[in-house]
Parts: sequence; structure tokens; C-alpha cells
Amino acid sequence: MLKRSIAAAALLGAGVAWWITAPAYLSHSTETALVTADADIALGEQVFWAAGCASCHVAPGTEEADTPALAGGQAFPSDFGTFYAPNISPSPEGIGAWTLLQFANAVQAGVSPEGAHYYPAFPYTAYAKARPEDVAALYAFMQTLPADATPSRAHDVGFPFNIRRSLGGWKFLFGTPKAPALLEQSPSIDRGTYLVEALSHCTECHTERNALGGLNTARWLGGAPNPNGKGRIPNITPAALDWSEIDLMAYFTTGLTPDYDSAGGHMASVVQNLARLPESDRMAIVDYLKAVPPIAKQ
Amino acid sequence: MTLIRALATTAMTASLISGMALADGHAGPPAEVKARNGLMANYSLNLGILGDMAKGKSDYNADVAAVAAANLAALAGTDQSLLWPTGTDTMSIDGTRALPKIWDAKADFDSKADDLAKAAVALAAVAGTDLAGLQGAMGGVGGACGACHKAYREPK
Repeated sequence: MLKRSIAAAALLGAGVAWWITAPAYLSHSTETALVTADADIALGEQVFWAAGCASCHVAPGTEEADTPALAGGQAFPSDFGTFYAPNISPSPEGIGAWTLLQFANAVQAGVSPEGAHYYPAFPYTAYAKARPEDVAALYAFMQTLPADATPSRAHDVGFPFNIRRSLGGWKFLFGTPKAPALLEQSPSIDRGTYLVEALSHCTECHTERNALGGLNTARWLGGAPNPNGKGRIPNITPAALDWSEIDLMAYFTTGLTPDYDSAGGHMASVVQNLARLPESDRMAIVDYLKAVPPIAKQ
Repeated sequence: MTLIRALATTAMTASLISGMALADGHAGPPAEVKARNGLMANYSLNLGILGDMAKGKSDYNADVAAVAAANLAALAGTDQSLLWPTGTDTMSIDGTRALPKIWDAKADFDSKADDLAKAAVALAAVAGTDLAGLQGAMGGVGGACGACHKAYREPK
């Protein structure tokens, strides 16, 4: 009898685990909103630069042209292995054959058209908060970019992280990071929240992670080690970032700091992207950064 | 015995002197790196005068803006081939953030330096005209700084 209960519990546990790790797709209502949205290419271009797609998906060492070829190939070292950004150009090697719903499930649910989980090096937990009309517009814009035939390179990830199914457990635990309540509210701060937390995915680098790679939301934007090994990604909450609003706006427009050094590394790409956005969007990000709860320096 | 002691003393003294000479040679980065850092500091000083005007942190002064922008263009236009000898990268020495890939991609590195020179000339053409001209040209210079730092400078 006892043996039978244990066996039943084990079976139940395995069933639950299988259920938890299964790829979860976008909801029916989200998919309906996607397919009824306009294919607004001009809006999609703005979403594209706000979301920083090109920074990671252009070929290594190439500049982000106005209409970049998203050939992939840049390496992203991490504690779990090295990830290689795939080809996401509208070619058969990229996303050329994808439907809008396949695209949206990739970007927002982290599930490939073949039904496999993506690694969260791809910031889908942030993109999950994007509006359906923005995702549909992004899809329309990306179809207009040059097609590139470079095959995507396989990630170099060791056991057990190479078992894609295990990412279902990761998503269950860390897939919906909860942002802190802000100190103030305004329409500009709301827009900034959307940009920082959804499209521009600032938290992906500026918030530290636990041993399993989940965001430590208790230290939201409080800085993190650089996964490349060298240096530290700064705390950008008011406890550490004391730049004035004017200095932040100048930084997001020209890349020049208040003491006239320039942004470097990936942040130089981020600034190039932000410089393409409307001034009101850069101001919205500044307003958000002034309203986010301070996290003490470590 | 005395001879051996004298020889040993001479040898020790010689090694001490050469050791000191070596230590002296290793005090601080090489002259080229100091010159690079000085050049960057000079860029930064002139950019700061222009940037503070562009931001409204200081009042726009056409004459001062023209001088700072002309300085920047002159500095960016110098032939920098003597500043970047091999063996002055982050893997070889302390005191620099210059990544080794500068020397693997020298043509691209040089073209990025050329982009800065062009952006600085464009800035110098308008900085003394009016504030709007200055503000409009700052992004080009900042972008040129960032493009090179993105690819070739080690993060802090």
C-alpha cells in the first residue's frame, strides 16, 4: 500500500514536472489582439530601435545601419555557457518563413516555432510586457529589412542547461519578474515604465541575478557584475545615479557623460538606439529613472 | 677569497642597478599611452565646454565655442600613427584600456578615428554660428566617440 502511494506520488510529481516544463504559448486574447492589429511599419521601426534588436543581432563588428542585416553571430558569454545571437533577418535562415503568431510567441513567450524553449539570454521576459500592436508592428517592420543567408550558430552550453525542457522550470520560477512600485506617477513615467521594463529591457543587464539566472527583483536596477567578466554594470537607481535630468538627456542623445567621457561597450549601442527615439521617449526614461526606488550601493 | 668576494659584490651591485633601471622603466605606462590619455583629456576638455553650452549649463558664447570646436577638430585631425605601437594593449601592459583587437582590425580602427575627425570638422563649421548649430552637431561627435569605445575600449 505504502509502495503504491510512493509510486503514485512519484508519478504525480513527474506529471507535474512535465506539465510545468511544457512550452506555454501566448493567451488566446493576446493572439487575437495581434492578428487584428495594423501592420504599421513606421511604428514598428520605433519599436525596433526601442527594443534594441539590432544591437545583439547584427553580425559581429558591424555597425547598426538604418536598415540593418540581422545576420546574428555575436557571442554572449555567461555563467551557463556562450550564447550566439541567431539570424533573425527575413530569410529562410532567419524568420522569413515565420507567421506573426510564431514571431510573437518567440518574442514574448520564449517559444520557438518548433515548440522549444528559448534561453533567456533573449530578453523575452521583458518583451512579454510589450503591447500586441507594438509586436505586430515590429513584425511588419522586420519583414522590410535585408535578408541574410548566414546560418545561425548553435549555443555552446553544457549539461544540464543544454536540456531545453529544463527551461520550462526556469520560466515557472523566474519568467515573470515583478517590478517594484515607483515613487511617483505621471504619463511620462508610465511611458518610461513601458520603455525601461518592456521594450528596452534595461533590467536584463542592470539588475543582478541569482545562481540560476533569475532576476533579483529586490535589487531592481541596482547594478550587476558584467557577464563578460570585466567590470560592473552600474546601479542606475537614484541611490547611485545622481546625474541631473539634463545630463541624462544629453547622455541618451550624444552618449557623452557629465564629465565628457563616452559610453562604451554595449551601452554605446543602447545610446545609439535611444538617440533614434522621439525626444519625449528619452525624457520618459529619464523620468522613470528619477522615480524608481533607490537601491543602496553595495 | 677577497677576489671572489669582490666579484660577488660587483655582480650583486650590477644586478641591483639593472633591477632598479628595470623598475624605473616600468614606472607608469609608456609615453605613447600617456600621450593617448592626454589626447583624450584634451578632447574631453573642449567637448565639455561645448557640451555644457549645448545643455544650457553654461551660456552660449560664440567665440569660445568656435575656439573649443577648432581645437577639437585640430586634435582629432593629428596623425595618430605614432600613438598606437604594438604591445600597448590591455593584455600587454597596465594603465590602458586599449583592447588587443585594435591591432587585429587596424583599418577599421583608423576609419573610426577618421569618423571623429570628420564629425569634429562638421562641428567646428557651425559651433561659432549659433546655439542650435552647436546642439545639432554634438550628437555626431558623441556618436563617433561611442562607436570607437564600443568596439575597442575595455569596460571599466
